[in-house]
Amino acid sequence: MNDAALQGKLKLATAALCGCFGCHMSLLDIDERILKLVELVEFDRTPLTDIKSIGQCDIGLIEGGVANAENVEVLRDFRKHCNILVAIGECAVNGGIPAMRNQFDLQDCLQEVYIDGIGVENPLLPNDPEIPLLLDKVHPVHEVVRIDYFLPGCPPSADTIWTFINDLIEGNDISFPYSLIHYD
Amino acid sequence: MSSGKTFKLDGKAISFEEGDTIMDAALRAGEYIPHLCHNPEFKPHGSCRVCVVDVNGHSMSACTRPAEQDIDVDNSSDAIMDLRRSLLQMLFVEGNHICPACEKSGACQLQAVAYYTRMLSPRFTHFFPRRSIDASHPDIVFYFNRCILCGLCERASRDVDGKNVFSISGRGINSKLVFNSPSGKLGDSELSVTDKAVSVCPVGALLPKHQGYEKPIGKRLYDTKPISVVGDAALYQSVNRSSKSSESNE
Repeated sequence: MNDAALQGKLKLATAALCGCFGCHMSLLDIDERILKLVELVEFDRTPLTDIKSIGQCDIGLIEGGVANAENVEVLRDFRKHCNILVAIGECAVNGGIPAMRNQFDLQDCLQEVYIDGIGVENPLLPNDPEIPLLLDKVHPVHEVVRIDYFLPGCPPSADTIWTFINDLIEGNDISFPYSLIHYD
Repeated sequence: MSSGKTFKLDGKAISFEEGDTIMDAALRAGEYIPHLCHNPEFKPHGSCRVCVVDVNGHSMSACTRPAEQDIDVDNSSDAIMDLRRSLLQMLFVEGNHICPACEKSGACQLQAVAYYTRMLSPRFTHFFPRRSIDASHPDIVFYFNRCILCGLCERASRDVDGKNVFSISGRGINSKLVFNSPSGKLGDSELSVTDKAVSVCPVGALLPKHQGYEKPIGKRLYDTKPISVVGDAALYQSVNRSSKSSESNE
């Protein structure tokens, strides 16, 4: 049993896949309620702690869609280590803005950005082996792993995230008032 | 009601006249039944099925099912709401409905009905179809990505505008809206921005140009109040036939 479990705290991890980090910013928008949050949970892997690998967690929050090979790896790792996995925000829920590239062939996107685009100098397709390979299409996270809960919104408001985390931790049914459900 | 005929909607007596559908009678009584392809100004289409209700144990579309004495109509059970949510989820994954990138977001009936049914996820696998945009008309733009084939623009153009600009062509997943013009482009059709057809689109498919964000996100039609209270998007998009309406993207 680890320290967090001894203190009765749940372990929470978060990750940003192909998104804009807006959902993490929205999480921080809970403002001083974050003091209450750290009484309830211990943060594991998350950009907020900068811990790079995930341990066994109770809750995982995923921002962003799945656009490259690293996103797939991180997402599968989260699924493996999190009892409850939550898709947060439009990109995780339905691909969002990044999925607009699904209207084009990947080759055409790369060609436009790195070769033919206006103002491109030294045109060259990125091929460093450290750069994760892009997927042919951007996918919502539920198309890759099983997801337990979805929080739509671009981003979901701090109140939505706060309501959700509290309901989840307290074992209540997850239910949002009308004003907290939006897709934009 | 003079006819004295009634049926039960969620246990409540609703009066109806001969020739009424369940939807007609419910709307007149101020009862909301979710719908997308229905607009009381036009002949029912019965295609979106979102108005599904249970009538004496059978799933029927309220906009086409005639009202009948003493029938028992379920409009709000969990089973009916689940059916509606599934239909909406299929509509969402079949097109490209990227709400954060849509000018109609917040005033979109597809979105509003989805909010009403508490739809939180698309659930199914996205098709991500590749569909184009027709921006050839100087005042109007058409996004095929967002069209749900409700047929309202087709009905409005034919029955009110007398122009027959729109038609649904193809079958099944290959169905698409086509424009009646020599080139097939919207810009070469007779459509005018003041046509009724432009004001009835429930989604962000057929939009007047140059006013997408006149009303900011957060202050739009369905941002604070549900569609069961506010009503259809088309009520707020009525095109002012003498001048461009400022309410068209309420």
